[in-house]
Amino acid sequence: MWDLCTNALDTAKLRGASYGDVRTMHLRQRDLTTKNGQVGTLAQSESIGIGVRVLANGAWGFASTDRLTREGVAACAAQAVSIAKASALAKRSNVVLAREKAYVDSWQSPFRKDPFEIPLEMQLALLLAADGEMRKVKGVTLTETNMQFRKMDSWFASSIGSRIHQRKVISGCGIGATSFQGGEIQKRSYPNSFGGQHALEGYELVESLDLMKHAPVIAEEAAALHSAAQCPEKFGTLILAGNQLGLQIHESIGHPIELDRVLGQEANFAGTSFLTLNQLNKLKYASSVVNVVADARLDHGRGLGTFAYDDEGVPAQCTDIIKDGKFRGYLSNRETAHLIGLERSSGTMRTESWNRLPIIRMTNVSLLPGTWDYDDLIAHTADGILMDTNRSWSIDDRRYQFQFSTEIGWEIKGGKKMRMIKNPSYSGITTEFWNSCDAICKFDHWTLWGTPNCGKGQPMQTMGTGHGAAPARFRNVRIGTAFSKQ
Amino acid sequence: MTMVAGPRKPAVGRKSERVDLLPSRELRGIVETVLRLAKSTDAVETEVHVDEVADALTRFANNGIHQNVFEHVVTVSVRTVTGGRTARATTNRLDEDSLRATIEASLSLAHSEPRDPRLLPMPGRQRYRAVNRFIKATAALTPEERACAVRLACDLAAKKGQVAAGIFSSGQSQTAVGNSRGLFAPYSETHSQFSITMQEDPAASWAKADSADVREMHPQKLAERASEKAHLAVKTTELAPGRYTVILEPAAVLDLVGFMFYDFAATAVRDKRSCLNNRMGKQLLGKNISISDDVFHPLQKGAPFDGEGMPRQRVLLLDRGVPKNLVYSRASAKIARRKPTGHGFALPNEYGEAPMNLVFGGGDSSVEKMMASTDRGLLVTRLWYIREVDPYEKVMTGMTRDGLFFVENGKVTGAVKNFRFNQSLIEMLNNVELMGPAVRATREESFEMVVPAMKVRDFHFSEVTKF
Repeated sequence: MWDLCTNALDTAKLRGASYGDVRTMHLRQRDLTTKNGQVGTLAQSESIGIGVRVLANGAWGFASTDRLTREGVAACAAQAVSIAKASALAKRSNVVLAREKAYVDSWQSPFRKDPFEIPLEMQLALLLAADGEMRKVKGVTLTETNMQFRKMDSWFASSIGSRIHQRKVISGCGIGATSFQGGEIQKRSYPNSFGGQHALEGYELVESLDLMKHAPVIAEEAAALHSAAQCPEKFGTLILAGNQLGLQIHESIGHPIELDRVLGQEANFAGTSFLTLNQLNKLKYASSVVNVVADARLDHGRGLGTFAYDDEGVPAQCTDIIKDGKFRGYLSNRETAHLIGLERSSGTMRTESWNRLPIIRMTNVSLLPGTWDYDDLIAHTADGILMDTNRSWSIDDRRYQFQFSTEIGWEIKGGKKMRMIKNPSYSGITTEFWNSCDAICKFDHWTLWGTPNCGKGQPMQTMGTGHGAAPARFRNVRIGTAFSKQ
Repeated sequence: MTMVAGPRKPAVGRKSERVDLLPSRELRGIVETVLRLAKSTDAVETEVHVDEVADALTRFANNGIHQNVFEHVVTVSVRTVTGGRTARATTNRLDEDSLRATIEASLSLAHSEPRDPRLLPMPGRQRYRAVNRFIKATAALTPEERACAVRLACDLAAKKGQVAAGIFSSGQSQTAVGNSRGLFAPYSETHSQFSITMQEDPAASWAKADSADVREMHPQKLAERASEKAHLAVKTTELAPGRYTVILEPAAVLDLVGFMFYDFAATAVRDKRSCLNNRMGKQLLGKNISISDDVFHPLQKGAPFDGEGMPRQRVLLLDRGVPKNLVYSRASAKIARRKPTGHGFALPNEYGEAPMNLVFGGGDSSVEKMMASTDRGLLVTRLWYIREVDPYEKVMTGMTRDGLFFVENGKVTGAVKNFRFNQSLIEMLNNVELMGPAVRATREESFEMVVPAMKVRDFHFSEVTKF
């Protein structure tokens, strides 16, 4: 692979590129699903190719090909330079990159059990057994399970001399039970909705989830939701379970801190951000108990945003985003770092595949654990609603106003978890919401949740991001808006 | 390694290195090679999909190009059947060893699962109605030509004191489905899109077009339209949330009704996750609403066959507000004792099928006439981040974006701050007062459809944001 990378860089230089980097990637994926006791999807795929990114005449060009011959790669590199020169016809200014060292390294994400080595029969048997447990419950009308495994090799080379090989193994798994009754569809998922939990782990992730224990529980809940009380409309106290809080972090902190979005580069599609540059180190983003980091290092955990180097050849870092409630940092790359006074990229350039350009992405954007024991948090809540597992999510294109609904809720009265609530939802303005946070549970309750389906960029790229979260409490939140008939 | 397809020949040295798609005989050659290799395995039946994509996209922001990309990939996907089991494996390596390994991978997956008694034999040879959606001018568009169009749009923005962001993309693709029972279905098309957001602080507006023929694209006109609307939106007032009469431009209609397509899948109804469950044949929507799925409509795109190579049929889904028909894959058709409509996804999958070429019946009104007939309402350019809140009542939430205008006494009188909506599509499509002619509409988050502009009463806005 290194020969192909070198060939591409040499060709790019010969054609007039002042900088170049290439990613040869080999991606393998296995997808298993069941539905109502039958195997649904049973597929695996591989994709291999090379993407060449160059600067020529002060502008970017990118081309990719799956023709991994000397001629194919040279043509691809030449095309990237040709495209860069076309870009220069309508450039705003010359691209300047922050300085970065050259690295020669090889890294593999840690895992205990290679999911591709686990017999398929065993994987399917587990899914079908969990599916069967859910179907035993009266009132359940649809059962679904899934596993997804990926093995991603990338060989990164740049014209400043970096040669970095990384191998990542990612696993994901989830189950869901749906109940249709009386003109109402209710669903429960475990351990999270929209595919379950995903992490930079091997098959040990699946084994840790204990699907057989949770399958009947969520099935019972799905059926019971029909007779649960409707979520009230009010301003009140809200406790979010970790899986929902992970998505809240993603949408109302992770996206607004992307510097490309702040600078208007996503204005046509993903939108911009309320976090204009003048707010850095000034904005009181959240209450003083809130601390958020963007941490791609393995020390933070085995999340979907964990790596050794980003796809621009910058080592993984931990960046303070919110410190004691104050807004402290953005996600940057080599092109934008100087705009916020940094000498170096924060290492967040990531690409979905060899045929996509790396763009600024969340790594693991996590809410650091607080001091509360979960039982104490409930016991010290006089009147509130606990919401668990996302059902719908939406936020405006500058990331101010959001609305989330969850699959299930629980009324908290007098420090006790009381009756089940159906159709729970809440909404608010990002900074007002985070400033209303008054309690975060401690590390014992903290999970690094994986969001495998974050879409951004044109052409669209899907990326996995990590979000560490423990249950937390928010005061005076608007509750119940999604189902309001006003 | 033996190459199945001859090397593609990018013309290195030309100003723009354009990649030609594989000649059709080579596309067919890949299919035949896989079928030949599979004969020496225990595959009882084999199906092959070959997909080739050569796409380019020029992206601009802050009045300049900041990203400019090209991709070229050929993917071969193999489904085998053995012992009443089936599975799929996919690769983009075209040498015989890799194709053989992909066949073996598919078989290995299939051997691991329980036998499926409902698995149908693969379909035999089919006849397809011809469609021509490959335009040479689109395939030949160069990065320089895209850059020049972008520069004109950015120049307009600069002249108006505005900031432009958007994309200009073009590309070509081809696909072929073949199987060991003699079916072979080829299709090729071109595509182009121009999308632009004009920003005039603190406002923005947006316009977009999509066509197989780049000569039908008018980037400068789209830029002018977005520019004018952005200027109109600079001064906003805040209105109270509540129910308003809205005039939805076609893109905004698509933003919403685009979420209804899967409800018309027979599998979705059988799984009881469709909003049409228990509602087929009943008056569900207004009598002025009719919806078909029609891949042959002149404003539609896409292959005239489905994931199994079955010919797509035109299906009247909803007739004057009454859900009449669903779409069927071969499997769901057999269960329902109906004929397949050619809307199945590639097997194996758990979702079955879906109509991907929705065409709404339109009306004879226009956005201008709708405004003229409105005493108090809102003109909606575009919606954003739409998600399903209630799958059965089809309540959707989302935001307005890039131009929300107040209409009073038949005229736009100003811009208003963006709203969040929580609106049932079923209720909305019972409240349509006027419609324009159905046009090919495009948005940023899903595929294109043919829909009209609509004037809708009592649209529910629940909250307001800060801009």
